[in-house]
Amino acid sequence: MAYPYRHEKETRILSEYFGDPEARTLAGWRERGGYQALEKALGMDRDAVIEEVKNSGLRGRGGAGFPTGVKWSFMPKDDGKPHYLLVNSDESEPGAFKDRELIRWTPHQLIEGALIGAYAIRAQHVYIYMRGEFFEPAQIMARAIEEAYAAGLAGKNILGSGVDIDITLHLGAGAYICGEETALMNSLEGRRGQPRIKPPFPAAVGAFGMPTTINNVETLCSVPHIIKNGAEWYRSFGTEKSPGTKLFNVSGHVVRRGNYELPLGFNLKELIYDVCGGIRDGRKLKAVIPGGSSVPILHADEIDIPLDYESVAKAGSMLGTASVIVMHDGTCILKQVRRIVEFYAHESCGQCTPCREGTEWLARILRRIEAGAGTEEDLDLLLDVGKNMTGTTICVLSDSAAAPVASSIRKFREEYLAHIRHGKCTAAAAA
Amino acid sequence: MANDQTNTVTLTIDGKTVTVPKGTRIIEAAERAGIGIPHYCYHPGLSAPAMCRMCLVEVEGSPKLVPACVTTVADGQVIRTESEKAREARTGVLEFYLVNHPLDCPICDQAGECKLQDYVHQEGRKHGRSIEPKRVFGRDDFGGDILYYGDRCIMCTRCVRFMREIAQDDRLCVVQRGNRSVIDTFFDQGLEGSPWAGNIVDICPVGALVSKDFLHKARAWDLDRTPSICPNCSQGCNIEIHTRDNLVMRLKPRANPEVNSYWMCDYGRHRYEWLNRGAAERDRIETPLVRDAAGELAPVSWQDALVALVDRLKELRGGSPVRAVGSAFHSNEDNGLLARLVAVLGGGEAVYRSAVAAEEVVCPGFPKLARRRDLAANVRGLGIFGFRRVGDEAARGGLEGFAAPGSVLLVLGDDLADQPETFAADAALFVYLGSKLTPAARRADFVLPITSFAEQEGTFTNFEGRVQRFWPALQAAPQARPAWQVLGVILAGLEDAPAPANAAQAFLRLGELYEEFRGLSYEVLGSRGALINEPARLVASVAEVQP
Repeated sequence: MAYPYRHEKETRILSEYFGDPEARTLAGWRERGGYQALEKALGMDRDAVIEEVKNSGLRGRGGAGFPTGVKWSFMPKDDGKPHYLLVNSDESEPGAFKDRELIRWTPHQLIEGALIGAYAIRAQHVYIYMRGEFFEPAQIMARAIEEAYAAGLAGKNILGSGVDIDITLHLGAGAYICGEETALMNSLEGRRGQPRIKPPFPAAVGAFGMPTTINNVETLCSVPHIIKNGAEWYRSFGTEKSPGTKLFNVSGHVVRRGNYELPLGFNLKELIYDVCGGIRDGRKLKAVIPGGSSVPILHADEIDIPLDYESVAKAGSMLGTASVIVMHDGTCILKQVRRIVEFYAHESCGQCTPCREGTEWLARILRRIEAGAGTEEDLDLLLDVGKNMTGTTICVLSDSAAAPVASSIRKFREEYLAHIRHGKCTAAAAA
Repeated sequence: MANDQTNTVTLTIDGKTVTVPKGTRIIEAAERAGIGIPHYCYHPGLSAPAMCRMCLVEVEGSPKLVPACVTTVADGQVIRTESEKAREARTGVLEFYLVNHPLDCPICDQAGECKLQDYVHQEGRKHGRSIEPKRVFGRDDFGGDILYYGDRCIMCTRCVRFMREIAQDDRLCVVQRGNRSVIDTFFDQGLEGSPWAGNIVDICPVGALVSKDFLHKARAWDLDRTPSICPNCSQGCNIEIHTRDNLVMRLKPRANPEVNSYWMCDYGRHRYEWLNRGAAERDRIETPLVRDAAGELAPVSWQDALVALVDRLKELRGGSPVRAVGSAFHSNEDNGLLARLVAVLGGGEAVYRSAVAAEEVVCPGFPKLARRRDLAANVRGLGIFGFRRVGDEAARGGLEGFAAPGSVLLVLGDDLADQPETFAADAALFVYLGSKLTPAARRADFVLPITSFAEQEGTFTNFEGRVQRFWPALQAAPQARPAWQVLGVILAGLEDAPAPANAAQAFLRLGELYEEFRGLSYEVLGSRGALINEPARLVASVAEVQP
C-alpha cells in the first residue's frame, strides 16, 4: 500500500519511504542506505559528530526549535556517570501526527538517529518514551529494536566498534504532559508525570538523576541524513536560521490532509491552497493554527508567511510542531477554542495553582458563553485570567491554554460578542 | 561585594541589604531580613516543589518571576517582593485558589490560623470574579485521627511530602490530575497506626486536614498558646499547649532543630487529657489535709499544715530512715528539692516509678527525634538527683515494704494508685504531695495539693541531658502549689536555705547543689534549652586556652 500523499513540491528526506512496508524491516532499511550513517558516525570522534550536527543548524522538532547540536554539547564529557538519551515519542499535541508516521514507516531511521545521538553524547542507554495510545507504532518499534539487537546494532559492542548502547521502549500511560521533557523523565522513573523545576537542567541532572539529553523523534530522524550527507548539504534546504526540511502535518478543512515534507520557509498559503488542495467544500478560509493547538491562532488574512521558526514568531504565533490546523468559515471559533481549553484543563498535571485552577476556570467561562449566558465583561475576565496563567508556572502548559483564548478574542472578538448578544453561534450559520 | 573568602553573599531584598551563606534560598534570606514571603508548599522541614506559585518574586535581570522557595541567592542580587508585578502575581494566584474553595470558614477548624484566609485578607481581591459552580469532593476519613476535606485543599502536597520524607511511610499520594487532583490514601490502608501522621494536620496551611479529636472543639482565636515540653516521653519535644477556659484542647509541636525539628509523635500529642484531670472528675485535692487527733484527715490552711509538718520533721530528723518517691512527670525543681529534703533529713533512699515502652519509635526522616522508651519527661533529671527506678514497666509495684518501720516517707507526684490501703502503715510520718486522693494516699499524715507541670513554671531534663523550660499553661486549682515552693518552705523551716521566691530561684538552687546544673539559669536556657554540664565544660575549655 502506497502512502496516499505525495506532492511534487515536497522534498522527501525523512518521509521518502512512507508507504513502503519493506522499509520497516532491517534488511529493507539497509537496502535503502540505512545504517551507513551509523557506521560513519562510529568511525568519527564523538565531538566531531556533535560539531557536524551543530554546523547543520538542525533545530529541535518537538516545538521549541532549540539547536540540537548545541543541546548535545551541554552534556558533560568525562564525568564518569551514566548518560541517557531519551527519545520523546509522546506526540500528544492536538493536531500533531508526524512522529507517529515516522515510527510507523521508518522505525530504523529513528533507531539509527538515536544510536548516533547516544554515541555523540556518551550515553549508554536510549529510552524511547512512546505515547501509550500508539499501539501499532509501539509494535513496529518493538520489532525493529529486536531486529537491531539481533543484528548487533544495539547492545554490547555495536557493529564491532566497542561502543555499548542499549535501547528500551517505554510506553506512557496516557498523559499529554508526559511529552514535557522533565515530566517525561518523572514518568519514565515511575513517578507522577509532573514537570520538574529547572534548573537543574537535564544535561546536569536528568533521568535517574544523571546527565540526560532528550530529543524529538523527527529531530533524531534527521540526524542520519546529516551525518551521511554532511552539514552543508542539509543547509541547502530551508532558511539560514531554520535549515533543513520539516514534516508539516495538516489537518482540518483542507482537501488533502496529511504529512508533507517541505523545506522550512515554505509559504503557509501555498501549503494550504496548493499542496493541500485548498479549502474543502468550496468554502472560505477562516483561521489557521500553524503549530499545534498550543500556539496562537492566525486570522485568514495573516497566512501569507514563510513557515520557519522566525517568520511564524514574527506573525505572532509559533511554528511549534508544524501541526497546521485549518478552519473554514463554517467553524465556530468559540467552540474550537473551548475544546482546546478543555483539553488543557483535562491534561494539566495539577501541581501549579494557576494552571490547575485557571485552565478549568477558562473552560467554564467559555462553556457558559457558548451556552448563551455570557456577558461582555467575560471577555476581559478571560483575558485577565489568561494573563495570570502566563509565565507563572513551572512548565508552559498553562501558557498554552491561555494563548488560543487571548489570540482568538483579539482576532475574532465579534464572534464572541455575537455569542454573547444572541446567545448562540451566528458566525457558522451566516457563512 | 564578592565575598568569596567568607562563603557568604550579599543581596538586597526590598531595599534591605542582607548577607547570608551561599546556597541560601531567597525565601530564607528574606526571613533573615525580616521580610515574610507568602508561601504554601514550602515548609522549612520539607523539600520544596515550587508548585503553589505564591512565593514568586521579582529578581532584577530575570524576565520571569522566580519562586523564592527554590531559587538560591546570588551576590549583588536585587529582589523585590513588593513590586507591582510580584503583588499582581500573588493576587492572581490567590484568586485561583478561591475558584473551587468552599469558603466555609465559619465551620472550618482552621479559621483564624489559616494561611489562605490570611493571605487573601492581605492581598486578595475584594471580590472574586468566578461565578461558575464549584467542584465538589466532600469529606474523606483518612483513618487514625485525620479527616480530609478535599474542597478546602490547596494541593500544596505538604502532607504527601511529610509522609514520604519524614515519616518515610508513603501512605498518602495525589490521585487524578488537573483540578480533579485530590489527596488520597491507598485503598483500604489509611493513616491508622502511623506514629507521626498528626503532624500533617499541623503543616496543612488550610483546613483540608483536621484532627478528629479537635474537630469543632474550639476556635483558633479563643485558644491560649503556651510554650511547653511534651511530658509523655523522655525526648522532650518542644510543644505549645493550647488551652481554652483553663482546659487543654490540644498539643502542637514547637520548632526546635536540636530536639524535634517541627514535629512530634502522635503518642505524645494525644496524651493530654490527664492535664485536665479534676475538671471533669472533680477529684483534685482542694486544700491541705492533716491527720487530726481523731485520726481523720482534716482541711487546714497551708500555714498551719507547713508549720506542723516542719515541727514533725524536726522531731524525726536524723533519727528515722528517710524514704522518698519522686515523679518523672514533675520538674527538676520539684524533684531536686525533694532530694535535698532527703539529704537534710539525714539521708535515705529515693526512688521513682515510670512506665517503659517495649520499643523506641524513631522518626525516620529526623532520627534525632524518637518516641523514647521512657514514657515520662524527666527520667534523666531523677537520675541526676539520685533517684533509683523501681517497679515494673507499667510503673506499678516496687514499693512493697519500701517505707521501713518508723521511717519518714515523702511521696511526690506518684498517686500510688496500685498500692493498698495499708500502704506505709508502719511509717513514722507519711507526707503526700499530690493531686489525687487514692486509697493509699489517704494513709498520709500530711496531704499537700500540688500543681501539675502544666500549671507551673519549671524545667525537664530530656534523655540526652538537655534542660528545657516550660511555662504555666493552666491556672492551678486554688489551693494547689508547685512542689518546689512547698519543699522550699519546708527546707527553709529546717534552716537549710531561704525559700526560693520563684521557679528561677529554685532552679539556681539546683545549680548550687548539683554539678550538672552549675552555670545554668533560666536566661541561659531560653526557649530552646541547654545541655547539662555545658557551662562547666565551656569554663574548663576557656581556662585551658588562657593559662
